[in-house]
Amino acid sequence: MNSRLDVWLWMAQRATAFLLVITVTIHLGTMIYVVNDGLSAGQILAHTRGNLFWLSVYGSFVTAAAIHVPIGLRVVLMEWTSIRKDGVNMIALAFAALLAFLGWRAVLGLYA
Amino acid sequence: MTKAQVLDVSVWRGGVSGEFVAYRVPRHDNQTVLDVVTYIQRHLDPTLSYRFACRVGVCGSCAMTVNGSPKWTCRTHVERVANGHRLSLSPLRNLPVIKDLVVDMRTFFTKWRRARGYFISAGTREDAFARVRPDSAQRRQADKGIECINCAVCYAACDVVSWKPDYLGPAALNRVWTLINDARDEHRDLHLAAVASDDGCLGCHGQQACLQHCPMGLNPAAGIAGLKRTVALAALRGEL
Ligand code: FES
Repeated sequence: MNSRLDVWLWMAQRATAFLLVITVTIHLGTMIYVVNDGLSAGQILAHTRGNLFWLSVYGSFVTAAAIHVPIGLRVVLMEWTSIRKDGVNMIALAFAALLAFLGWRAVLGLYA
Repeated sequence: MTKAQVLDVSVWRGGVSGEFVAYRVPRHDNQTVLDVVTYIQRHLDPTLSYRFACRVGVCGSCAMTVNGSPKWTCRTHVERVANGHRLSLSPLRNLPVIKDLVVDMRTFFTKWRRARGYFISAGTREDAFARVRPDSAQRRQADKGIECINCAVCYAACDVVSWKPDYLGPAALNRVWTLINDARDEHRDLHLAAVASDDGCLGCHGQQACLQHCPMGLNPAAGIAGLKRTVALAALRGEL
């Protein structure tokens, strides 16, 4: 019954939770600052274009989310549906790929 | 009998399908819930099935659902749990009903074995007694979980068990936590491997119903959290 995959996924979810706490805090702080300053979309983009700091913040944000959320979804599906474990893993993996694709597309939109 | 001297007890009768049947039982000071079912069986309906052995909170066999919560009944005073003068008694949750208040405990005990919740030693009768320092950190961890009486109250209280029937449950995991903290046990690796999965300690959501309901005041949730940490460290060290 020992499952190495289960253990590594569990640890990955904890580690990405930690990363999300940091990046979401930076994100929210920035949003509040930007709204108070009344910056336009164009002005925001002018700050983020070519800026490696924002690329790394939002890059880690979407990567952490793309790992963290599907692992949680996997647990929910295992507990609440009768889908077999292999099927649940496939769904979670597909969802991870979708989140990573959409997230990185947005991040690259800010950077490039 | 006046209203104050009487208890209105509704008791689950039947198996998986059945119904609640109403009984009126004289009320006394210092009456336990087990006294109530015993009265019903002796004086009102001898066909009522329930289980008990010690009547003093040691054997763990008298557990059932009392007014919606899992409880040991031999040490649960009616005074503390009656809803006015009403008592509702049904079998424990998460285990198949055999008849009336009796559940089939097989899955509960099978999971103890699946979790390798048993002492593994390489010692023989020729060896001297192992010496364990009672004040060592490990021993103190084990002591916190050692008094489990296998009543399955935590198992019945656990939502994860009801969502995921393969989940080992709080009692078996608590037992493994005491064993991996037992300096005399020779197979920490086997115990850990048995619980390192989604059906083992990683499945716990930390909802703490086990802690809330354990009649012995144990905290299986804390033990399971300890198992998660130990399993994670073992995986990082490549020991799993
Ligand atoms: S009868 Fe033994 S614990 Fe209740």
